[in-house]
Amino acid sequence: MEASTTQKNHRLNFALLKRLTRGSIGYLALGGLCLILAIAAAYIVPIVTSFTIDYVLGDKPSNLPAFIMDIIDSWGGRDFLRSHLYICALALIFFTILNGVATYFRRSCIANASETVAMTTRNALYEHLQAVPYDYHKHVSTGDLVQRCTSDVSTVRRFISMQLLEMLRTIVMVVIAAGIMFSINVKMSLISMALLPVLFGVSFVYFKGVKKQFTLSDEAEGVLSATLQENLTGVRVVRAFGQQKDEIEKFDRCSRDFRDKTFHLSKMLAVYWGGSDAMGYLQIAISLMAGIIMAVKGEITLGNMLIFTTYTGMLTWPVRQLGRILADLGKASVSLGRIDEILSAPAEEEPGAALKSEIHGKVEFKHVCFGYDRFDDVLSDISFTANPGETIAILGSTGSGKTSLVQLLQRLYTCTAGEIDIDGVNINDIEHGHLRKNIGIVLQEPFLYSRTIMENIRMIDPRMSEEQVHEAARIACVHDVIEGFENGYDTVVGERGVTLSGGQKQRVAIARMLMQNAPILIFDDSMSAVDTETDASIRAALKHRRESTTTFIISHRITTLCEADKILVLEHGKLVEQGTHEELIAKPGLYRRIARIQNALEEELKQEGGGSNE
Amino acid sequence: MSNTAMQEQDYEKDVKVDFSIWKRLLSYVFRYKKTAIALMLCNVGIAVIDILYPLMSQYAIDNFVEKGTTAGIGWFIALYIAFIALQALGVYSFIVKAGKLEMSVSYDMRREAFQKLQELSFSFYDRTAVGYLMARMISDVGSLSEMMAWSFVDLLWASTYVIGVVIAMFAMNWKLALLIMIVIPPLAVISVFFQKKILKYQRRVRKTNSRITGAFNEGIMGAMTTKTLVREDANYSEFKQLSSEMKRDSIRSALLSALFMPIVMFLGSIGTAIALHRGGIDVMGGIITFGTLSAFISYATNFFEPIQQLAGILAEMQSAQASAERVVSLIDTPCEIVDSPEVVAKYGDSFNPKRENWEPIKGDVDFEHVSFAYKEGEKVLKDFNLHVKAGETIALVGETGAGKSTIVNLVCRFYEPTEGRVLIDGRDYRERSQLWLQSSLGYVLQTPHLFSGTIADNIRYGRKDATDEEVRAAARMVHAEEFILRQDKGYDTEVGEGGVRLSTGEKQLISFARVILADPRIFVLDEATSSIDTETEQLIQDAITTVLDNRTSFIVAHRLSTIRNADRILVIRGGEITEQGTHSELIAKHGYYYDLYTTQFREEASDAILSE
Repeated sequence: MEASTTQKNHRLNFALLKRLTRGSIGYLALGGLCLILAIAAAYIVPIVTSFTIDYVLGDKPSNLPAFIMDIIDSWGGRDFLRSHLYICALALIFFTILNGVATYFRRSCIANASETVAMTTRNALYEHLQAVPYDYHKHVSTGDLVQRCTSDVSTVRRFISMQLLEMLRTIVMVVIAAGIMFSINVKMSLISMALLPVLFGVSFVYFKGVKKQFTLSDEAEGVLSATLQENLTGVRVVRAFGQQKDEIEKFDRCSRDFRDKTFHLSKMLAVYWGGSDAMGYLQIAISLMAGIIMAVKGEITLGNMLIFTTYTGMLTWPVRQLGRILADLGKASVSLGRIDEILSAPAEEEPGAALKSEIHGKVEFKHVCFGYDRFDDVLSDISFTANPGETIAILGSTGSGKTSLVQLLQRLYTCTAGEIDIDGVNINDIEHGHLRKNIGIVLQEPFLYSRTIMENIRMIDPRMSEEQVHEAARIACVHDVIEGFENGYDTVVGERGVTLSGGQKQRVAIARMLMQNAPILIFDDSMSAVDTETDASIRAALKHRRESTTTFIISHRITTLCEADKILVLEHGKLVEQGTHEELIAKPGLYRRIARIQNALEEELKQEGGGSNE
Repeated sequence: MSNTAMQEQDYEKDVKVDFSIWKRLLSYVFRYKKTAIALMLCNVGIAVIDILYPLMSQYAIDNFVEKGTTAGIGWFIALYIAFIALQALGVYSFIVKAGKLEMSVSYDMRREAFQKLQELSFSFYDRTAVGYLMARMISDVGSLSEMMAWSFVDLLWASTYVIGVVIAMFAMNWKLALLIMIVIPPLAVISVFFQKKILKYQRRVRKTNSRITGAFNEGIMGAMTTKTLVREDANYSEFKQLSSEMKRDSIRSALLSALFMPIVMFLGSIGTAIALHRGGIDVMGGIITFGTLSAFISYATNFFEPIQQLAGILAEMQSAQASAERVVSLIDTPCEIVDSPEVVAKYGDSFNPKRENWEPIKGDVDFEHVSFAYKEGEKVLKDFNLHVKAGETIALVGETGAGKSTIVNLVCRFYEPTEGRVLIDGRDYRERSQLWLQSSLGYVLQTPHLFSGTIADNIRYGRKDATDEEVRAAARMVHAEEFILRQDKGYDTEVGEGGVRLSTGEKQLISFARVILADPRIFVLDEATSSIDTETEQLIQDAITTVLDNRTSFIVAHRLSTIRNADRILVIRGGEITEQGTHSELIAKHGYYYDLYTTQFREEASDAILSE
């Protein structure tokens, strides 16, 4: 995926850029205006100084435009300024302040623009990642997505906050300076700017070329961190095999490689900075020499010669920078492309009428078929009915399609053939949020948010009272466990806090689901890490709580299965048996064999223990 | 976990300059004295040439343009070009030297820190998150060495420049100099104030940024849960709040630096204006010459930048001190498990073992009145006694947190008993080196750990000099060859970082082959709880039987077959052995083991039937 992106997106994606910069164009324009003002003020400051020294204090003629001289003459000319020298000092401060204020506003506008774009982009990404179908997440890597949402966004932000303006600044400067220079002397202008295109070209080509070396160094650093990480996570294996010495050598090799590659890169950079410095100064030297010769020949005045050398000096370095920026521009467009890939993934759709009618809990599967792609059948021709208040147990091996079956009910996937009805309505016609709110599900490995246990349990509705939360936790047999923690319900779960055991997580997730008060509940092997007794008491409490709930339980435990109103046995995506415990035990099949294993166990125990008293 | 908190505190702290830390850091630079001195010389050289350019122009105007002649301009051009060449050379060498210094310093720091990491005991790893260590080793070391190579030179340069200018101004006219320097104290105060504030805001932005990364991570990892709980909108509005916080903080931080620059410019312009006004009056009064005035003005315009730069570097150094402290304290962390000098003298250390003095290991293991606590006061084991004969297989059974892993950790000497002692072949293991024991130890983790490299590399990990034939023989013994040969390149197939390209079951088989090849006397297995496909499961069962053969083995066991085949089963509850014996003995007892066994048997048996 990544390789193709880098190849494809050499051009800037203007449509996306337009969408993301909506609302910040004004800031950008204003920022540009302030930029021009600041450059103008910055140009004027040295003129004030030189005017004061040459004209006011010295006896040289003024090189200011005539209309300003008219004003000064009307005040009283040189003598007036000499006796009021503070005016010159104040003018200097004034233009500096002007420059400062304009600079401040420029940066403020740009910060607003770039941060707004960053925010818009982040929000769009986050919202979209929530809106894409679940299937999308199964096919992408989390690390890659997070990287796109963070570093690619900041590449785009940097492009706007730094590169865009820097480009504008250089261009404005070149245009103004070139305009002034050409109006003074064409020949001298050409000489003064002769090397600039070369400098620009060299920078551009150089930074395009050196990218490879940057990548090499980055990759070496990547290898270094990967080696380090591997060592740190595998520290037990390293010690157990006594491989410390070899590990140090391995790390040393990577570290050395990174050092040498980066050092090589800095040598290449040194050649560039040294070389382009030389080229820049050579340009200044050329215009100085040409200026001297032309001034000596009388073709230009001394003042103009100074203007040429000053401007050449002012233009050289930004032009070199411009080459570098343009070479880096590719990065921004690659990042935009990577962001676009996420945003253009289709969001979850509402295939039908999006009804929000009340749900009582009658579930019907009618000849349901499902496959993740056309070639495999995860489920085929599944039909059964679950009435409100019934408990349906599902038994099947890994890969038999149990999980897909309950995911279909939640419409995390859609069936490829057949239909699922709830209270007689095809679930495709029920609005997906409404559907899911009415179906509570607990997964085998539940995901808890890294917040407090209290927040996790009342995730559905933060307005629930603490008493209600405690009640749910009691039903899930986890209240006492939570109270046993140092911070009780305020214990933070996950990375930043306490690590819960598998069984504790499952029970917290059950409590969370109970807050939903849904008419249909699904336990996707969600008590596997809870011991049998607790399992039984949770189920009893649930049954007691609400009689009319339709419950689906995926489990391997016969004790769980035999209490169900209906048992579905799945094998390779087919419904091979269904019925009550009594019905199924009466006929040969998977269920009977599994149920009978208990007896076999008793037999074996008798033999081995040599005297069981049961 | 606690380290993340610690880390955040470090950022908040307003640190005082701690010279011992800087001295320590500078010692890394001093190892490359020649490079460092060359670096400074280059810097001075470049600066001198920078100062010479305007003088050259001045000379050209006075001697050519004003006199109207080009006589001698050839020499002038030659000299100018020579300067350019010199400067190019200077810039080149400056960057090369600085790059070399930076990379050498970071290389040395990483090497020392890594070596320390190889010596540190497990209690350290239990306390410290891998992510924390990664950040210290990669980014902290990187930014510190970068700062030392580049910023120190700037610091030196800027202070020399400022001092030089001050002396020059005083020499020319002390009254005017004093007047201009009025601006310096407020400038310095404001600079330090702003730089500190800016750094503080930047840290806040970084923190918010890492929260955003966390939010994305959670949003993606929890996609399924979000959908089933219908939390899309709630999540999004929480995220929007976070991202507008980020926007607000970033803009604030940007505005702060946007405000800082104009203020510095303004103060600078006051200096120049004073010079222009006061100096202008003095010129008219004939007190100073034109030359002096223009010199003052150019000094006044140019020397505020280095002052600002100085403030910047100082602020940067102050914030870098926190990372410096973390890196230095990592390198200086004392090891909790150390071999005594006598032991090292006889058996060598972990890097230079004296294998010729090692006694062969038989495999008897004894726990004598062993007590152990990870944290003071919270004993995990209490007066624990156990005698294991060489070659015996011990299965440890019990709930999470009962102390099974602790027993295993003590056997491996990953930890040492807080009281009592552990004997190997009748002698306290502290009388011999860690490597002596650990070289005779095989260890397979619950989640098997592979290193990137080929399958053969991984099998060979325990004995690097094994021949290809030996590697294959080991793989065959644990029935791993079949799946290995199915891979694209057989034994030369890359397993990927951490072995990602293989399934858990396959990784486990490879780690068994690794143990077989290393042929240790003592073997420790932390059995996986997660289910593996039936076919591989069967292979693993067989592999375990092969590996256990003829070794003293400790197994944190979950599979019934493994437990049943053990010579002795220990039921561990609350740090004590509550039941002990063979499978049939324990079944007959009708205790905890009986309950555990029946429950588990039901589940495993149904699984077996279902996956036929």
